[in-house]
Amino acid sequence: MDIPYTFQERRDTGLTNGKIGIWLFLASEVMLFGALFASYILIRTGSPSWPRGDTVLDVYLATFNTIVLITSSVTMVMAWASLMRRKFGTFRLYMGATILLGAVFLVVKYFEYSHHFAIGEGPSHSNFLAVYYTLTGLHMLHVFGGMVVNAYFWGPGSKLYQTNPVWFTNRVEHSGLFWHFVDLVWIFLFPTLYLL
Amino acid sequence: MSSDHGATSDHADHAGHDPADIDRHVKVYITVFVALMILTVVTVAISRFHLSVPIAVTVALFVAIVKGSLVAGYFMHLVSEKKLILAVLALTVAFFFVLLALPVLTHSDGFWIPEVVVEQPHTGAEHK
Amino acid sequence: MSHPTGVDHSKPHAAHEVHHEELGFWRKYVFSTDHKVIGIQYAVTGMLFLLFGFTLMMIMRWQLAYPGVPLPLIGGLFGDARMPGGTMLPEFYNELGAMHGTIMVFLGVVPLAVGGFGNFVLPLQIGAPDMAFPKINMASYWCLVLGGLTMLGSFFVPGGAAQSGWTSYAPLSVIAGTGQTWWLVGMIFLITSSLLGALNFLTTTIQLRAKGLTFMRFPFFVWSQFVTSFLLLLAFPPLEAAGVMQLMDRVAGTSFFMPSGLVVSGQVLTNAGGGNAVLWQHLFWFLAHPEVYVLILPAFGIVAEIIANNTRKPLWGYRAMVYSLVFLGFMSFIVWAHHMFMTGMGTAMAAFFQTTTMIISIPSVVILTSLLLSLWGGSIRFNTPMLFATAFLPMFGIGGLTGLPLGLNISDIPLHDTYYVIAHFHYVVAPGTIFGLMAGIYYWYPKATGRRMNETLGKIHFAGTLVCMNVVFMPMFIVGLAGVSRRLFDAGSGYDFAQGTMHWNVVSSWGAWIMGLFQIPFIFNFFYSIWNGEKVGANPWEATTIEWAAPSPPPHGNFATEPQAYRGPYEYSVPGAAKDFTPQHEAS
Repeated sequence: MDIPYTFQERRDTGLTNGKIGIWLFLASEVMLFGALFASYILIRTGSPSWPRGDTVLDVYLATFNTIVLITSSVTMVMAWASLMRRKFGTFRLYMGATILLGAVFLVVKYFEYSHHFAIGEGPSHSNFLAVYYTLTGLHMLHVFGGMVVNAYFWGPGSKLYQTNPVWFTNRVEHSGLFWHFVDLVWIFLFPTLYLL
Repeated sequence: MSSDHGATSDHADHAGHDPADIDRHVKVYITVFVALMILTVVTVAISRFHLSVPIAVTVALFVAIVKGSLVAGYFMHLVSEKKLILAVLALTVAFFFVLLALPVLTHSDGFWIPEVVVEQPHTGAEHK
Repeated sequence: MSHPTGVDHSKPHAAHEVHHEELGFWRKYVFSTDHKVIGIQYAVTGMLFLLFGFTLMMIMRWQLAYPGVPLPLIGGLFGDARMPGGTMLPEFYNELGAMHGTIMVFLGVVPLAVGGFGNFVLPLQIGAPDMAFPKINMASYWCLVLGGLTMLGSFFVPGGAAQSGWTSYAPLSVIAGTGQTWWLVGMIFLITSSLLGALNFLTTTIQLRAKGLTFMRFPFFVWSQFVTSFLLLLAFPPLEAAGVMQLMDRVAGTSFFMPSGLVVSGQVLTNAGGGNAVLWQHLFWFLAHPEVYVLILPAFGIVAEIIANNTRKPLWGYRAMVYSLVFLGFMSFIVWAHHMFMTGMGTAMAAFFQTTTMIISIPSVVILTSLLLSLWGGSIRFNTPMLFATAFLPMFGIGGLTGLPLGLNISDIPLHDTYYVIAHFHYVVAPGTIFGLMAGIYYWYPKATGRRMNETLGKIHFAGTLVCMNVVFMPMFIVGLAGVSRRLFDAGSGYDFAQGTMHWNVVSSWGAWIMGLFQIPFIFNFFYSIWNGEKVGANPWEATTIEWAAPSPPPHGNFATEPQAYRGPYEYSVPGAAKDFTPQHEAS
């Protein structure tokens, strides 16, 4: 027994199951980060004073990370486009680049965090830092999760391309949607935490 | 039960996505990438001016929304996505704004006990 | 429309589930991806937790009826840390209270109503072979198990389980013992389970419905699960975020919910402060209000199916009911702060939330009235499912109506956090939702097992439970109106104004214990009928919806031939038809 519409679009909706599934999941993620942003707003507006981001955090490192993540979004969508062109080798190149850039992002964050911890600026130090660590920490978990899924599709999961290239392309597209979302969250996180 | 399986034909799987189409999409992706880089530089540059918080927030938010829309619209293909997906997202965004706005509105409208400086409390007293 | 098969059988199956070989015991019954097995797993797990949560309450009710009196027979089992000399300590009372609420809501009702009934019935009712994502379905069940084990495990940590109410308000929950951390971790598992389930249900309903099954031909049960899934999908994540923040406050010393200058047991806390305890309430209730609709909507769906079937008539006002359901779902996201009227809210926001709360009562009334009107002129068959389904109507009516003074700011002031609130919400969930779920168990049991449950035992179960529910909860309105607060471990015995209503606690307690006894025929019936119940065919209730086209029980893949829908879901007593029901899937 096979489930219909796993890689063939249903006529009246024009969608595959996976496409709907990933967007529903992303909708729930919007609410997850929304709650954190709402908390940030409430705590900051209720606070007698709040440091400007660049007085506590390293803007240049974060700008570099922003560029890294945006670039990884491009390599991700290029990975999918390569599959659409049925160029498996190019797909692997772009997907590999995406994973690598994700790793670079995490390494930079590691340096950021360890610098702060070294000077005693942990999450309990101030509400600004509490918000910073929680928001970027949760975001980092998502970066890591996305990397794991991407690595699966780069590696063992790519076997599916041999038997069902359409389905494989779709699954990479869905993984890409998640990755773009992670980039999207960072696009808002970066100015909010570092620049304001 | 006959199951619906997709054709494994290699070309034209997604409606209108033949090789020429992909090339067009790739051009768009590169353009968007350049735009995102420029906007990133813009957002950092503006922050150097240390504008007042309300203005800084508005500008930063505006730039972020533009950047986010580019990612959502082009990388995530929302500009050509089916109505069903767009409807779900519209609903989500509505609730997102509810979640963002209502708590802070409730707080600003409320009667809150101002924070009192705490004197040294009596030691050893057990609170029931 | 037919498509060439996309599966090349000459190559090894990469990502398809293995469907050629016979599965071993573990893959078939434990780690199954079949929605029916998963549905039964969810249902049984949910029922076990309902029983456990009810047992916790039966213990609490001794203390409430006879405060300070040692619990006879079993009092010694709980150890000196909880019940020295068999007398309940306040901390243990709080532990029981917090875990009773948590377990009933998140481990009992939702797994049974959504995980159990949703998983088992939904694909069958839309004519699908399974859920859209069978592996994710299995994962969601095991997340529930992990969450449940975490919650149960929390009873054994030093200091005991969570004891800050099922609502875990800060700052109490932040300074509470280790059990609260386990609660938070458990909640993260449970929320993940619900999120995975929700996106599965939504995708399945949209994509895997049979040919001809348009949205306005859905059985009302399908609509109710559909809206419920949207609520779960969009409302749960903020609580997950809040849970992470409370974990940060507890474990990493942050002050998201901890105000400055907090003094605990004579010591000023040294955390950074500047946090907002009411922020927790906002995030919690943002979920918890839609959550109460998650609790009731599946029951509405079940009751609707059973009423249509047992009146041999279409539902009255199906369209209005569907629109009401969708409107209700939407409104449920903007009423939450009616749980927070006493937090110092100003008049503008209080007016806003009060207004949205009054508006949301309208679709509820439409649905309830439609169900009531559906009885009019019907040829009513009073089997056990129908008894529970019809009793649901006045019981939910009482629950709903008594919610109105709570939703209005001014009348909420004296009623907030009193026994009135407890009575209100128990009426909607206990003789409300749980009656709907009982009805559903008796109704779909034949489909799942191929046998009927015993009617006599069912009627005894029904009568006893109905009477006892009212004996337990009706007096609580009186107690609450007298001003007795909830969550008092001695039921208010220390207060003068409570003395006049203390005797009602004894009444409620005996009602609860006797209700416990009346569940025995049900539990016995449930297991006994698996082997000894009257055997039935595919459609013992002579129903119209598609799940009754499958064999009882349905095989893997559900239907021999792909069903198609030709008409609406409730074509009962169609004039001129040979039978008094015309199934949805039967070609004319």
